[in-house]
Amino acid sequence: MIGNLSSNLRALIEAHGRPEREVYLDLENSGLIFEEALNELLKSYRESGYGHPSITHKPGWSSLELLLEAKENLLSFIKARDGEVVFTHSGTEANNLAIMGLAKATPNRRKIIISSIEHLSVKFPAERLQELGFRVMEIPVDDEGFVNLDYLSDQIDEEALMVSVAAINHEIGTVQDLRAIADVVRDKDPETIIHTDACDALGRTPLDFGKLEIDIASFSGHKIHAPKGVGALYVRDGIKLEPIIHGQLSSQSLWPGVENIPSIAGFSKAIEIFRENFDNYREKMKNLRDILIGGILSQIDDAFLNGPRGDRRAVDNVNVSFLGCEGEALTVELSLRGVYVSSGSACTSRTLEPSHVLLAIKRPYEIAHGSILMKTSPLHGEKDIEYALGQLVKAVERVRSIAPKGVV
Amino acid sequence: MLELFRNPKNLGKIKDADASATAGSLACGDMITIYLKVDEKTEKIIEASFESYGCAANIAASSILTELIKEKYLQEAWKISWKQVSDELGGLPSIKLHCGILAVGALRRAIRAYYKNRERPEWLPEELTPEERQALEEEELMNILGKKMRAVSTKPSEKEV
Ligand SMILES: Cc1ncc(COP(=O)(O)O)c(C=O)c1O
Repeated sequence: MIGNLSSNLRALIEAHGRPEREVYLDLENSGLIFEEALNELLKSYRESGYGHPSITHKPGWSSLELLLEAKENLLSFIKARDGEVVFTHSGTEANNLAIMGLAKATPNRRKIIISSIEHLSVKFPAERLQELGFRVMEIPVDDEGFVNLDYLSDQIDEEALMVSVAAINHEIGTVQDLRAIADVVRDKDPETIIHTDACDALGRTPLDFGKLEIDIASFSGHKIHAPKGVGALYVRDGIKLEPIIHGQLSSQSLWPGVENIPSIAGFSKAIEIFRENFDNYREKMKNLRDILIGGILSQIDDAFLNGPRGDRRAVDNVNVSFLGCEGEALTVELSLRGVYVSSGSACTSRTLEPSHVLLAIKRPYEIAHGSILMKTSPLHGEKDIEYALGQLVKAVERVRSIAPKGVV
Repeated sequence: MLELFRNPKNLGKIKDADASATAGSLACGDMITIYLKVDEKTEKIIEASFESYGCAANIAASSILTELIKEKYLQEAWKISWKQVSDELGGLPSIKLHCGILAVGALRRAIRAYYKNRERPEWLPEELTPEERQALEEEELMNILGKKMRAVSTKPSEKEV
């Protein structure tokens, strides 16, 4: 069975031939590592990070040194004045630890409040807790994805365990006003804990946890061109969490097992690179984003931008819908042309439901099914974006030509 | 399958089609229209084509189905199952089976449409066949899902156990 599948896959890959150029824009779903981060990972495996960081020998101490440096690096990048960082095996795991770990530590508060556009690694753990007797409230958002602060305020009381809102939405790039959210929550109940999924915010928007009243935040390595399979959770001093997986003691109280030091070292390197080039990279991503969005809206009919515009939108996010053009077919057509993107169409979600984020901002089904998500990065150049744009114009035309007429 | 997506056979509308029908809808993200040209005397399909708003598997399924029914008598075409369509494509993955179901559903609707103003042959059951019902259910399911999701997305939701 697997043999059959893999030979089909081989045929599928070979059918692509050699496109003129390849542009990977599916950074939402992974891919692309900084060369320096990869070198750091290799160096760590070979020389400095292969030992277990809690064992008392030189390779252990060397690993521990890398681990502590990485924690310092992240804390300083997000300008946190206190608190700790726990490394996990992914952003998904960090989000699960934040939500499940908090529920385990404070079982007397039974209400969990999340926005209606959270990443599934926040939404699903919350729904799991609901099965265990917690209440989950979803805060509605406006048609650009900004949470309704009045509604949020109404939900906060001494029953509320936590509020979780992503700093930047992964699909439509909404840059939330975390300060306003924190003010609303603290104003009603200072004990309610505030979590933010900052996986897509790191490196894209200034984060200042010294000033922000945020208690817990999640991060993911591969979202900043670090290795995959490494994430982190920032936990402010005084916030009580319980581990959610159990095993052999490690150097981190909230996470058991052998820390993946080489990936953590690569993550740390990527943080350094983003910190050193922060303004520069942001400018670059934004410029490429605007070339792509501008080109699409001016060259393709019946194209709509999903999410906010300008500075309220993440610098890297391009999410557009093409009427009468089914999104999954478009991802395949673009793949044949060397441009790699993802879609919010039901067919790509594996559940036959289109993206819950697009539905939450009240996009009609037709628009949700025809949506394409792309992200620009410091690793792209203008030539890449121009190529992608040219292919996009042709691909939309072709997929539309297959559809029954009168659909558009 | 990718080849059929890249170079679909029988794509496009037949202007003077003797029958056509659609299954699925824009809202559910999958929609197939089948066009048939039929020889009046022999009831043989002389030409079949499709248009599709859907994923790559959907396009491939419609393409292969229209290939399968060409030169077939309507009675034979009626008997083609989505299982056959899936097998022809080397096995559709389970998440894509509904593409085959919709394609066959559209074809059966088109055949019924052909007999709308003609005498119904004996082989054509009055009742909906399981496969047609499946296509209907598929559409209904997606519509219900659509309404449910729409409701969730337009009003603040409180989820309680
Ligand atoms: C907002 C957000 N949260 C969480 C995650 C999950 O991170 P990981 O892929 O490391 O599990 C992602 C990654 O796609 C994300 O975009």
